[in-house]
Amino acid sequence: MNINIDTTEKEQEFVVVLEGELDVYTAPELQKVLEPIRQSGSHDIRIDLTDVSYMDSTGLGIFVGTLKDLNQHDREMYVTGVSKRILRLFEITGLRDLMHINEASEVE
Amino acid sequence: MPQQYDYIEMKFPSSAEYVGLIRLTLSGVLSRAGASYDQIEDSKIAVSEAVTNAVKHAYGDDETGEVLIGFAIYSNKVEIIVADHGQSFNYEEVKEELGPYSEDDNVNYLREGGLGLFLIETLMDEVYLKKDPGVTISMTKFINESQVHLNGETIVNR
Repeated sequence: MNINIDTTEKEQEFVVVLEGELDVYTAPELQKVLEPIRQSGSHDIRIDLTDVSYMDSTGLGIFVGTLKDLNQHDREMYVTGVSKRILRLFEITGLRDLMHINEASEVE
Repeated sequence: MPQQYDYIEMKFPSSAEYVGLIRLTLSGVLSRAGASYDQIEDSKIAVSEAVTNAVKHAYGDDETGEVLIGFAIYSNKVEIIVADHGQSFNYEEVKEELGPYSEDDNVNYLREGGLGLFLIETLMDEVYLKKDPGVTISMTKFINESQVHLNGETIVNR
């Protein structure tokens, strides 16, 4: 029960690839990785959930917080590789319409 | 005549690292009871939310405690009970924050917490909450009766 976090810094985009379970135990690790980018607004953030087998409101909370911070800097957040199960969470909480979910980013 | 059920009870340290283990246990119990994949996945989220609340709110940072998980397995449903046995978090306060986001919400006012209880109520069929001592949440998932025999033996019905 753990999470692997792979990060790649591109010119415009900070890419975070997650693998494993995103819950109250693993969320602080993701927070730590995102925090500097959220604060500085230096990059858009793209989070890849393709290999995330479990996620709950702890993960949603991080995405909401990240979105808020990035919006302050006119930056975008993209969440990709969202499975049907996890998409359902974004839908029932109303977050799907507020975030770029499974959309290609503008700058590759 | 009261319904027959089997009851399993476990205690876990009130610590975030055990939430994954609680999910695994739940998964096994529901699978044996004949629940579908979606029923198991929904319940995993709901129970994790309840345990997360217990872990985050019931005890202070330097206190340790226990989370009690009970599974009551009926022929047509499983009731899962999560009790923190600690100081209660302010349910009324949390409940006020319940509800989905709407597109009208200004992004700056989006709530980062408070979604847990909303998800529990949305994903489970029946939810009860009791305070004092601590907080106890009871969550029930109904399981397709045709899949389960009266004595709890699973009948594969596909």
